[in-house]
Amino acid sequence: MSEVIISIKNVVKDFGSVRAVNNANFDVVKGEFFSLLGPSGCGKTTLLRILAGFEVPTTGTIEIDGQDVTLNPPNHRPVNMVFQNYAIFPHLNVASNIAFGMRKSELSKVDLQEKIDQMLELIKLPGYGDRKADELSGGQRQRVALARALIKQPKVLLLDEPLGALDKKLREQMQIELRQLQQHVGITFVFVTHDQEEALTLSDRIAVMSQGDVMEISSPADLYENPQSRFVADFIGTMNFFRCTLKDFSDGVAVGESKELGSVRIQCSEPVCAVNQDFTLAIRPEKLALEFDSVEDSVNSVKGTMGPSAYLGDRSHFYIYLQGREDPVSVALQNLSGSLEHVRDTDREVCLTWSDDNCVMLADYE
Amino acid sequence: MKSRRINSFAVYAVIYLIFLYLPVAVLPLFSFNDSSYVKFPLVGFTLKWYSQLADSHGLQNALVNSLKVGISVAIISTILGIFAAKSVTRYRMRRSGLLVGFIMVPLVIPEIILGISLLMTFSIGGVKLSLITISIGHLMLCVPFSMLVLISRMEGFDKSLEEASLDLGENAWWTFWRVTFPIILPGVVASLLLTFTISFDEFVLAFFLSGTDATLPVHIWSQLRFPDKLPSVLALGAIIVVLSTIVILFAELIRRGGVQLNKQSKV
Ligand SMILES: Nc1ncnc2c1ncn2[C@@H]1O[C@H](COP(=O)(O)OP(=O)(O)O)[C@@H](O)[C@H]1O
Ligand SMILES: [Mg+2]
Repeated sequence: MSEVIISIKNVVKDFGSVRAVNNANFDVVKGEFFSLLGPSGCGKTTLLRILAGFEVPTTGTIEIDGQDVTLNPPNHRPVNMVFQNYAIFPHLNVASNIAFGMRKSELSKVDLQEKIDQMLELIKLPGYGDRKADELSGGQRQRVALARALIKQPKVLLLDEPLGALDKKLREQMQIELRQLQQHVGITFVFVTHDQEEALTLSDRIAVMSQGDVMEISSPADLYENPQSRFVADFIGTMNFFRCTLKDFSDGVAVGESKELGSVRIQCSEPVCAVNQDFTLAIRPEKLALEFDSVEDSVNSVKGTMGPSAYLGDRSHFYIYLQGREDPVSVALQNLSGSLEHVRDTDREVCLTWSDDNCVMLADYE
Repeated sequence: MKSRRINSFAVYAVIYLIFLYLPVAVLPLFSFNDSSYVKFPLVGFTLKWYSQLADSHGLQNALVNSLKVGISVAIISTILGIFAAKSVTRYRMRRSGLLVGFIMVPLVIPEIILGISLLMTFSIGGVKLSLITISIGHLMLCVPFSMLVLISRMEGFDKSLEEASLDLGENAWWTFWRVTFPIILPGVVASLLLTFTISFDEFVLAFFLSGTDATLPVHIWSQLRFPDKLPSVLALGAIIVVLSTIVILFAELIRRGGVQLNKQSKV
């Protein structure tokens, strides 16, 4: 069932001395919502423009639906793009914008009109055909750009940060609509974003990029729960990192030693390094628990002092100082009973604990 | 205090406008005066100078020549202007600033110098003077204006609009006609009108570079030697003033439409 629709092979793109994409090598599966995620300037747009045909890779090939299209211009590819600024034609009304790509279609006037009406229905702007481009809000322009691309029934739809210009509320609403739309039309989406939350919400799979490299490709849950590198762990969500040395491994349990945490146990099928070598232990803030009464130092727990805290409505963030560590450890607790006001006194002694299956071993360390 | 300031400004404006338009108003006034002598008092109302115009062969030829030169210069310089403006704004050519500077130079060289040097060039090259040599001279004057008008029109042009057209299946040719051209159309019309007017009015270059075929300004100048032809020339001048005003108003209307279009293309 998992049929490959895009195959990116050894793609490198240099702009002069800048390497925008460094040896990208992956497949996109038919019908999936695939995201390219990474900080600004990491090469997401460049990779997307290579797929659309606006850039030719320095080396490497692009196959779409089994055909090598590396050198095909944009008008000879079965893909369409939604531009970052939407690129709605200002001299045409909404209907003409949507119909722009249909000049060569064999549809009769009546059929084309019907098709346009269907698209307007699909993007929830029925009756907007006669509106001029400048009478549309940002969200409406974004929908028109979608309809203009989707009416071509592309094999792949490419989207470059299409929600970036919208305010937060509208963006969240459009995320839901976009996901529903993708499931409804069944077209493969390749979606570029620098917003990790957006990528997690929308995607079937995410490729995380950094400085031209594709660091890791996984499902959102895997990226969050089991990142394979420090960069990915740090970029997606918040993460606490601790440097440890591996002391022993047996029966799926690694035992490590850390200056800051003391003795640690980690469940894993295979350790990331050999015994007596260093690794990074990564623990999410919400996987840490705070104990206020029995302040006892044992395995997978450590004593600390309460630093500043922040109340965020549904949850609170606490910052705990450990001996021998400069940055405080970040802990997130659900505000299940009131605002946790009573535990916020700074300087009080607390104990951090976590379970051995809730932490991640990473091979790279700083 | 404030109203006094406005009053003094109004006075200034009125004086300025009188200074500007009084000489122009003299043209139509005497073109209806039933006398060969341009002096007060006016003698009586007549349309005979206008009907004389219709009978003058030389004048009609000159008019046709001017239209030929003006229209071809307007079209060619606007096309060149589109190409130049496109490459300057789109491809950010290296040293395009310097290049644009060089293209603008004819604007500041006195026309008489330009006329003499062109005349020398043509005679060295053995080129016979004709409407074509006039047109070449006018092109040198008009291309910079076309470029200025079109560069300012294309400066805000969003490159992704053309990319969107390619992405939606059109090639470069259709992209130009379906996207680029309609969006820069107000600039194109303004450039056509402006360059036509410049060529139609131009005297110095046309005087140097004309062979046996005179353009309208050259013809008018030649007629001024015959005092009895003067009222006819005035009638002609009056017609040109009215037509020019209409053209300029039209260009301004289009330009205003263009400003609105510019706003649309921004998000
Ligand atoms: N046309 C170009 N010419 C030169 N450098 C470019 C060009 N396009 C992108 N770059 C460079 O390539 C890198 C990646 O850019 P881009 O793909 O736009 O990143 P992103 O979309 O992830 O923010 C950046 O360093 C950028 O400066
Ligand atoms: Mg980008």
